[in-house]
Order: sequence, then C-alpha cells, then structure tokens
Amino acid sequence: MQALRYARATSIDEAVRMLREGGETARVLAGGTDVIVQARERRRVIDLFVDIKHIPDVMGMTYDAQRGLTVGAAVPLYQVYGNADVARVYPALRAATHVIGGKAIQGRASLGGNLGNSSPAADSIPAMMALDGVAAIAGPNGRREVHVDAFCTGPGRNVLQPGEFIVSLHFPQPVAHSGNAWERFIPRNEMDIAVVNAACALTLEGDVVTAARVALGAVAPTTIMVPGAAEALVGRRLTDDTIAAAGAAAKEAATPIEDMRGTVKQRKHLSDVLVQRVVRAAAEHARSR
Amino acid sequence: MATSEKLVITSNINGEERTFLADSRDSLLEALRERVNLKGVKEGCNNGNCGACAVILNGRLVNSCCVMAAEVEGATIETVEGLATPEGLAPLQQCFLEEAALQCGICTPGFLMSSTALLRENPAPTDDEVRFWLAGNLCRCTGYDKIILAVQAAAEQMRAPKK
Repeated sequence: MQALRYARATSIDEAVRMLREGGETARVLAGGTDVIVQARERRRVIDLFVDIKHIPDVMGMTYDAQRGLTVGAAVPLYQVYGNADVARVYPALRAATHVIGGKAIQGRASLGGNLGNSSPAADSIPAMMALDGVAAIAGPNGRREVHVDAFCTGPGRNVLQPGEFIVSLHFPQPVAHSGNAWERFIPRNEMDIAVVNAACALTLEGDVVTAARVALGAVAPTTIMVPGAAEALVGRRLTDDTIAAAGAAAKEAATPIEDMRGTVKQRKHLSDVLVQRVVRAAAEHARSR
Repeated sequence: MATSEKLVITSNINGEERTFLADSRDSLLEALRERVNLKGVKEGCNNGNCGACAVILNGRLVNSCCVMAAEVEGATIETVEGLATPEGLAPLQQCFLEEAALQCGICTPGFLMSSTALLRENPAPTDDEVRFWLAGNLCRCTGYDKIILAVQAAAEQMRAPKK
C-alpha cells in the first residue's frame, strides 16, 4: 500500500475541511471496496483517506410515501436491498444492489461509492438513473444537487470537483400506477461484471404509458439514458409492438466496445432484449401497486 | 511527500479486548496477520474477489483486504481463530473435515467465516442459497460440492435441539 494517512470525520463540515486541507490527493473512504484496491494497486495517488462513515447523514436511510427515499451515500448495500420499502417501491434498486459483488462486498459497498466510482458497467447507476435519483453533494463551495443521469462524464470520471463528495441519494416517490425494474446479463449466476444492464421506470394510465425512463449500462463510456426508448413508449398502449420498438431504440442507442466480456453485436442484442424485459417487469410492478 | 502514521488501535477480537500498533496504510488483513498474529486470515487476491480474507466485522461479513486497519478502532472482529472452543471444533469446522471440503486449505478460513455469517442469518438455507451466499469465496482445488455438503451438514447439526 502507498503511504497514506487516515482521518475520521463525524460531520459534513469536518469532512469538507479535512478534504480541503488534504488537497487533491485526499480521498473520501466509504465502503472502500473500490478505493482501497485502487490505492493498493496505485491506480490512484491517495495520501489521505477521509472516512465519512461516522457522519449521520451519510449512513442514514429514510422513506416516506410523500417525500420518497433518501439513502446515505455510504449505507452498505445489504441495508438497501434488505429494506422493505425499497423492495416494495423501488424494486429496480433492490435488484441491482442485491447482485453487486458477493456478501462480503455487500457488507461494505454503497450506492454513493458505486456512483462515485463511475464505472460504465456500474450496476446500481442505471437503476438510480431510471428512478430519477438526485445526488446531494457537499464541498468547499457549499452544497449542491446533481441528478444521477448527469453525474458521470466518462469511465471513472464525474462532475465532482476537488474536495466534493456525495452525502446522500434521493429518489422521489413514484406517482400512482408507476413501476420500475432492473436486469443484468452475465455469463454466470452471480459475482460478475455486467455484459449489459438495463433499468426502466414507467407510469401507466390504464394500458397507456404516460411517462418512462430507460437507462443502460456497459454499452457506452458512461451508463446512459435512452430517451429514444422512452419516446417509443410514452403516449402509446403497452403492446408487444410498442415494447419491441423500445428495445429497438435501445439497440440503436448502444455504442459498446468489444472486450473479453462481450462483442459489440452481443451487447447491442442484449440492450434490446434487456430493455424489453425491464419494460415488461416495470409494467407488471406498476399494475401490482 | 506522502507519509503514514503509527496508530494504536483497540478492538474486540474474538471476544477479547486487543490493543495493537498499526500503520495508517495497513489494511485490516495486514494488521490481523502481521500485528495481531492471526495467521488464519489468508491473503488470496488482495482485491476483494476471492474471500480468503473474510472476517466478520461488527456482525457483517467483509473482506479484510478492503478494510483499513484504522477503521476498526472500537469495532468487534471475528476471525477463524475464534470459531473453536476449548470443547472442540465448531460444527462447521468439524463438518468441513468430515466432508473433506478442503484440500490446500488457503480458502477454508474465508469459507468458514462466510458460512458462519450465512447460518446466523439463515439457519436452514437451500443449496441454492448456500451457493449464492458463498459466491464471493473462491476455491481452486476442491470444487464446491463438498463445501455445500459440509455447510448443510453443519446447519443440520446446529438446528438440532441441544441435548
């Protein structure tokens, strides 16, 4: 491990001060499942970890049926997928967090960490994007909010400025007759990085889709929204043809690379198939509520 | 110039209050092995993939290579060394032996800690649930079938009414 110091912050202001004093080589430590490995392998120059897990806002989780769900940035994944309100109202979030890493990873890894790491193949980010999540950010210039769909700017890159960190993530309460879903394709049953993942949140009025958000992962330099797929759904009855059109739009929007996990052709095909599946599953969830 | 600091850390390790010296750059894995001399915690991949270094931290299964030693001030840590009692091996350890669920043994402490955490949360898992739970532990020699058998045999013993 490179030489580094450790500091424990107990308030947001204290963390901001520690990060400012630490300069650009200071780094926030949440669950550490990415950043400790990156420090050890010298993929990032880090000489100070600021542990934010003793800040109440960063570790809390609240839900109410008016205001929606707020998850502290470092709340471990097992608490997210183990939460009954998450399972009932935000199944996309439950599904994604339940299959990130193995149990020992889920004891530590967090939504804030997954977003901050900004991998194009991150499992929770498309779910958070479809749910129109908003990241609350603190930094030397005060607080600000950034929608998750505008957070990532490239592989491992995002809008966070030096000294800023994610405090929590907020998900609005879905309106009546809304549903959401998330799926991933990997060649094994668990413990693998997505070849493609997809999420959808939609609202129905009878059989007609009145609002939709569709997101994809592992098919572009960042996780992406697929407005074309949403447009194929909104204002239309949810028929096989409509769903196929959404899948086709996703296939069109996907611009994947070819690597050991999958070919371009496979990833584009999976974008089509997975988007169709999450649209159907989201509709089923909407009808069940 | 990057520096590290010497830290004095106090944690409850396997039921005993332990105070040890560590470096601020140490992972929990390094501190447990080199500073506390608990060599049952194994280093496999050292990047969170293999589960050989799994320990139970404040009641949750974690990979100790992905925890900083500095984080565990005041924490409760359980390692494989804490499983056996003066009366003998824990049921999981005994069943791993009886089912021959190990060959080289490097992955075994991680499997034992992971299985311990599983059976606390779910005393009667299905085979699929055992496999899903243990997916973060890699074994490169035995294969997994005997490990699943051992976990299920231990689960059955542990469910049986105490005599």
